[in-house]
Amino acid sequence: MRHGRYPFVISFLIAPIALYAVFVLAPIVQAFFVAMTDWNGLSPNYNFVGLDNFSKILSDDKFLDAVLHHVVLLVALPIITIAIALFFAFLLNTGGGTRGGTPVGVWGSKFYRVIFFLPQVLAVVIVGVVFGRVFAPDDSGILNGMLGWVGVNPIGFMADFGLMSILATMIWQAVGFYVVLFSAGMASIPGEVYEAAILDGANRFAMFFRITVPMVWDTIQVAWVYLGILAFDAFALVMVMSIEEGGPDGATAVLPVLIYKQGIRESEYGYASALGVALFFLTITFAALSLRTSRRDTIEL
Amino acid sequence: MSNTPDLTRRSVLRRAAVAGVLATPAVGLLSACVGGGNEPTTSATGAKTADNPLGVDPKAPLEVVIFNGGLGTKYATDVHIPSYKAKFPEAQVNFSQAEEISTVLQPRFASSTPPDMVNNAGSKLMDQGKLVGAGQVADLSDLFAAPSLDIAGKTVAETLVPGTIEAGTYNGKPYVLNYAYTVFGLWYSGKLFKDKGWTAPTTWADFTALLDKMKTAGLTPYAYAGANAAYYQYLVILTTAAKIGGADVLKNIDNLEAGAWKVDAVKQAAQLWGEVGAKYMNKAHLGLRHTEVQLQQDQYKVGFYPSGSWLENEQSKDTPQGFDYQVAALPSATTSDKLPASALYAAAGEMYFVASKGKNVQGGKEYLRHMLSKAGAKGFTDLTKVLTVVQGSTEGLTLSPGTTSANTALTAAGANNFSFRWDAWYKKMDDECRSATNELMFQGGTADKFVDRMQKVADAVKGDSSIEKFKR
Repeated sequence: MRHGRYPFVISFLIAPIALYAVFVLAPIVQAFFVAMTDWNGLSPNYNFVGLDNFSKILSDDKFLDAVLHHVVLLVALPIITIAIALFFAFLLNTGGGTRGGTPVGVWGSKFYRVIFFLPQVLAVVIVGVVFGRVFAPDDSGILNGMLGWVGVNPIGFMADFGLMSILATMIWQAVGFYVVLFSAGMASIPGEVYEAAILDGANRFAMFFRITVPMVWDTIQVAWVYLGILAFDAFALVMVMSIEEGGPDGATAVLPVLIYKQGIRESEYGYASALGVALFFLTITFAALSLRTSRRDTIEL
Repeated sequence: MSNTPDLTRRSVLRRAAVAGVLATPAVGLLSACVGGGNEPTTSATGAKTADNPLGVDPKAPLEVVIFNGGLGTKYATDVHIPSYKAKFPEAQVNFSQAEEISTVLQPRFASSTPPDMVNNAGSKLMDQGKLVGAGQVADLSDLFAAPSLDIAGKTVAETLVPGTIEAGTYNGKPYVLNYAYTVFGLWYSGKLFKDKGWTAPTTWADFTALLDKMKTAGLTPYAYAGANAAYYQYLVILTTAAKIGGADVLKNIDNLEAGAWKVDAVKQAAQLWGEVGAKYMNKAHLGLRHTEVQLQQDQYKVGFYPSGSWLENEQSKDTPQGFDYQVAALPSATTSDKLPASALYAAAGEMYFVASKGKNVQGGKEYLRHMLSKAGAKGFTDLTKVLTVVQGSTEGLTLSPGTTSANTALTAAGANNFSFRWDAWYKKMDDECRSATNELMFQGGTADKFVDRMQKVADAVKGDSSIEKFKR
C-alpha cells in the first residue's frame, strides 16, 4: 500500500503549497528585506539602512506599550476562553448525568451548541460595531442603559477600560468555536472510561479534572496556540471599537495597529515592516514556548 | 492505525498548531508591492500657443482620480471633465473614483505608473509631504503663471484667494492645489439662538456666561467627538492661541522653532479651553464619533460645536427643517489679544495634484486650470455647497444659510485669517496632539502637561533625520 502513496499525496499538495509560497512565504521574506530599507512606499526608490529600523523599535515607547498590551491579552485571553469553553463543553457532553451508563449533556445541549457557535459566524468588524453599541459611553449603550436603571452613572468603557472591553469582546467571539472544538475532543473519549470512573464513585468534579481534561490535553494545547496568535492580532476590534484607533492615549494600542499607522498612514513602510518582523518573532517565540512548556504525557487512544 | 504511526491525532494537532504559526498574516501585510519599474517615462506635450498656454497635447488621453467622499464626484464628471473635453474634443478623459485613495494609488506610485491628476483626500489619503519628497509631484509654477481660462486679463494666481498657493507650497515651490476654502469656527443653530434670545459671544466672559445659560437650559453647552475628531478641538485651541499672540505663534509651531509650544499664548489658550472642558462638556463624548455628536447638535442637545464649513453639507440628511446652521468666530480670549475677535482660522484645503511621472503632465495641469476657471469653481460650489479658492466665484449663486454665514465671517475677518500646516507635514505630531487634547479636555489634563507633551514630540520630530522638514 505504501508504494505510490507519495506521488498521490504530492499531487494534492502542489496547488496549496504554490499558493502558500506566493501569497504567504514570499511576502514574509520580502518583509524581512523591506525592514532593512527606508522605503516610503510612494516611489520605487529606497536606501538600504541595515538594522537601523530595529534599533529604532527598541527606543519606541509605543512599541513597548503595545507589547505590554499583548502580554496582558496573551495571559488573559487563552486562560479565560479555554476555561469557559471547557466548562461549557463539559456541560454539553458529560455534565448532564448518565443515561444507560454513559454520560450525556445537559438538557437542550444540541440547541446550545448552535447558539454558542453563532458568534463565530459573524465577521469581526460586525462584532466590533455591535459591541461598540454595547459599550457606548452614554445611556444609548446597552450596558450603560442597564446601569442607568439601577442609578449608576454612565461608565466610559472604551475611555477607562478599553483593553478590558476589547478582551471581553474577543472572549465572547472565541468561546463558541472552542466549545465545539472541545466537544469534538470529548466525543472521542470512550464511554467506558467514564463508566469505570462512575463505578469507582467519581463525582462530576473529579471526572472533569481527572478524565476529561487529561484526555483532551492535545486539543487544549492547540487552542492555547491559536488563542495566543489571536492575542497578537486584535487589529480589527481595536480599529473599530477603540477611541482614536488604539487610544485614548495609546491605552489599547496593539502591534498590528501600529504597523498599520506607520505603514499606511505615515508612509514609513520600512519601519512598519520592521515592526512586522518583530511581531513575527514574538509570535513564533510564543508558539514554540507554549508547545514546549505544555508538553506532558498524553494518553494515546 | 498501526500502518500509519506517523499520523496520530496528536501529531496532526501539533502540525496544525505549527501551520497556524506560519499563517501569521500581519508580517507580509505591507510588502505586497515593493519594487517595480523605474524607467523614465516621457510625457505628452503639444505646442504652446496663446490659446494653449501650458502646451497640452490635444490628443493625449488624461487620467483623473477623484476621492469619493463628502463632496461626491459629480462636480468632476458634470463640470470639470466636460469643460476639459470642450477645449480638447479629441482627448479621452479617463475618470475613476476611489474611497480609499492610498489603497488604490500607492502601488501605482510605487511602480511609477501614476494617473495624471489626483484628488488626495479622505481618511486614507497619501502622505502629501512624503509624495513631494519622493519626487512624485509636478511643480505647478507654470499653471499659476498661465492666464486664467475665463477671467480675462488675469493669471490663474491672480484669481485666487490670498494664501492659496502658499498652502500648497513645499520648500518654496507650489506642488499642490488646495481647492476648497474652509472656514473654521463654532457652529450653532440659528433657530435655537433666536428662540432663546442668545447671541454669538465676542468676549470670553460673554462666552462662558452663554455656556452657563445653555447648561441651565439642559443642553451640553460645548461638544466635540473624542473618538475620532479631536483635531477639531486642537484647531480651536490653537486658534485662540493665535488670537492671543498673533498668527506668528502658529508659524513658529509649523517651523518647529525651539519652545514654540511653550509660549504663553499657547499655554493660556490651553488653560482656557481646559476649563471649558472641565465645566461644560459631557465626559461621554470622549467615546463618541463626530457623526454621533453632530447628530446630537441637530437634535438641539448641543450648543456649540467646533468644525469647518463642510459641516452643513455633511449633516444635510439629519438637519431638521429650519435648523439654520450658523458659524461664529472664536471669542477674544483676553482684553489684550493681538488679533480682533473677528479673526478666523480659514484655509484652502482638499488637495489636488499632478503626478510628475504621469503620461500627460501638462494635461493634468490644464485640468486644474479648468477647475480654477470661474465657471468651474461656480459649478463646484453649486454642487457641493463648499466655497472655492477662486475669488468671486459665488456671484449669482443662492447660498445655503451655513455657507452664507461662513462667507460673512470671512468678510468680517478681512486680512485677519490664518492657518497652520504642521498637522499635515508631521503626522506624528497630529497623533500626539489628538491624545494630548483629549487628555486636556476630558481626562483632567492641565495646560502645562499639554504644552509639555507637544513640545516633546515637536523636538523629537525636529531631531529625527528620517523625517523631511518643511518651512513656511
